[in-house]
Amino acid sequence: MNVQVRRVLDDPRFHELVARRNRFSWLLVGAMIAIYFGFILTIAFNPGALATPLVAGSVTTIGFPLGVGVIVSAVLLTGVYVYRANREFDALNRQILEASE
Amino acid sequence: MRFSSAILAATALLAPGAAVAAGGDLGQTQQQATNWHAIVMFVLFVLITLGITYWAARRTRTASDFYTAGGGITGFQNGLAIAGDFMSAASFLGITALVYAMGFDGLIYSVGVVVGWPLVLFLIAEPLRNLGKYTFADVVSYRLKQTPVRTFAAISSLTVVLFYLIAQMVGAGQLIKLLFGLDYFVALLIVGGLIMAYVTFGGMVATTWVQIIKAVLLLAGATFMALAVLWQHGFDMEAVFAKAVEIKGTLAIMAPGKLISNPIDAVSLGMALMFGTAGLPHILMRFFTVPDAKEARKSVFYATGFIGYFYILTIVIGFGAVILVSTDPAYLTAANGLKGGNNMAAVWLAHAIGGDLFLGFISAVAFATILAVVSGLTLAGASAISHDLYANVIARGRNVEGSEMMVSRVASFGLGIVAILLGALFEKQNIAYLAGLTLAIAASANFPLLLLSMFWKGLTTRGAVLGGICGLGSALLLTVLGPAVWTSVLGNAAPVFPYGNPALFSMAIGFFATWLFSVTDASQRAAEDKEAFASQFVRSQTGLGAAGAQAH
Repeated sequence: MNVQVRRVLDDPRFHELVARRNRFSWLLVGAMIAIYFGFILTIAFNPGALATPLVAGSVTTIGFPLGVGVIVSAVLLTGVYVYRANREFDALNRQILEASE
Repeated sequence: MRFSSAILAATALLAPGAAVAAGGDLGQTQQQATNWHAIVMFVLFVLITLGITYWAARRTRTASDFYTAGGGITGFQNGLAIAGDFMSAASFLGITALVYAMGFDGLIYSVGVVVGWPLVLFLIAEPLRNLGKYTFADVVSYRLKQTPVRTFAAISSLTVVLFYLIAQMVGAGQLIKLLFGLDYFVALLIVGGLIMAYVTFGGMVATTWVQIIKAVLLLAGATFMALAVLWQHGFDMEAVFAKAVEIKGTLAIMAPGKLISNPIDAVSLGMALMFGTAGLPHILMRFFTVPDAKEARKSVFYATGFIGYFYILTIVIGFGAVILVSTDPAYLTAANGLKGGNNMAAVWLAHAIGGDLFLGFISAVAFATILAVVSGLTLAGASAISHDLYANVIARGRNVEGSEMMVSRVASFGLGIVAILLGALFEKQNIAYLAGLTLAIAASANFPLLLLSMFWKGLTTRGAVLGGICGLGSALLLTVLGPAVWTSVLGNAAPVFPYGNPALFSMAIGFFATWLFSVTDASQRAAEDKEAFASQFVRSQTGLGAAGAQAH
């Protein structure tokens, strides 16, 4: 095994980075799956719920803002990930790589 | 009959969302009168893109230039190019047609198209960029035995690319016949000839810029249409909905309709859409065009934003078409269907808003869209042939960079010819099942291998190859036995497999088989595979030793 790789593996910060990033990634994966399949399963099991008017007397049903909300949540979740990764994970990564040289 | 083929497919439980998302089936269309505005604007687009191809060809010297534009594309540019790959002509016309005919149900597909992207970002994009060079097979075979794993990954990539190409080429021929009044076969020759020029000479540089230009044009055109509809209603969506409901005479378009009724079908289709995105070779290939993991990450954020924005616009455009197109006899046939056949809602809306000139613009953009998407597919197929099969399996890693370039150019040229032939062969076939199938294969074979190779130490060569074959085979078999092929194409009475999309089952089979054949693998090779995981993991997580951008 390459000596630089060995140093990274021996660096406790590497294991911290992996643990922190994985926890965050899988949390966001879980959130996206829950939001999307929540929407899809509501359509499958209880479509009437989405046909409720948004406010009393409106033609717009609650389903439209919810559907658009799923799309917007996908964009927001990617934004949240990029924001944290650009700041926190990249900085830690750089320290680990510098220490390995 | 005013319903589009997408809806006909839907009522036949054919997973139309997948069809629409992956390029879809435009159905049989009628040839229209020659559209001169469209032709002038399209010729302008072709001249500009050929100019770019000439410029790109002079900058394409090495294999890295050819496959990845030298890794010099920025995150923002790549985000636009990825969004361009997803916003195909058929998905634009198909989803707006779905909204036009069925209202809310169109939104269900718009949502499905977007939700796969966050998963690509959280799990795939960065390690993929850190481990790979040109193709996703680079990543899967990183620590496994090259020959069997690359061969399988290349076959799986080519399967997806060829099925996707059939759907795109048939759609292209039908659409061009419809929009430009050209003969179907002439349309195929034009598309095939142009993409051969772009890809063979301009490689990834030209392919990416064609995709970026088209994405900007399509986003601009769709934005203009949506703004025009909103402007006419005081920028009040409630007013748009109210007017559409008044015209349709029913509130049914505001709620879930008939498209999703069976929970298993709903989940299976949802899984194909969500996880299939992360296994499409022509999408994965784009992550190697950026300099590092950070730019790869940014490109998914931009792509998700553009794709989300675009598919939200399709709702406004679809409802706008109900208001402006379905009420104007100029756009309707005697039987109250849309003139020119199916999927014309957005095109006629363009005419209602901006006359012949804007109709010409939207038609030219639709044609440009097909060229860009087919170019990307051709390049992905060519890299599977030249980089995976030729350079790493046949030449077994000997230094063949010069001849690898030659092989990839020949492969692009050959794939262009194959695309034309497939388009001609499948002209009259029912191909509605193809798009759902490609996403199911991507989700069941490519995605499990990619994910497990990056995150699971226990994956072995035997597990990857046999598991991949099980995922690919079950997706193919269950599609053939399902309603889309067994009843609709082969004409049998009842399907053997009752669900429209196999992803729920074939993905489970793919993951389970890969796990099973790995944990029961006690070979010497398996020990080497696991031994090599630690240093691969360091590289995938930190980018240590990853190939950077090349200076020009």
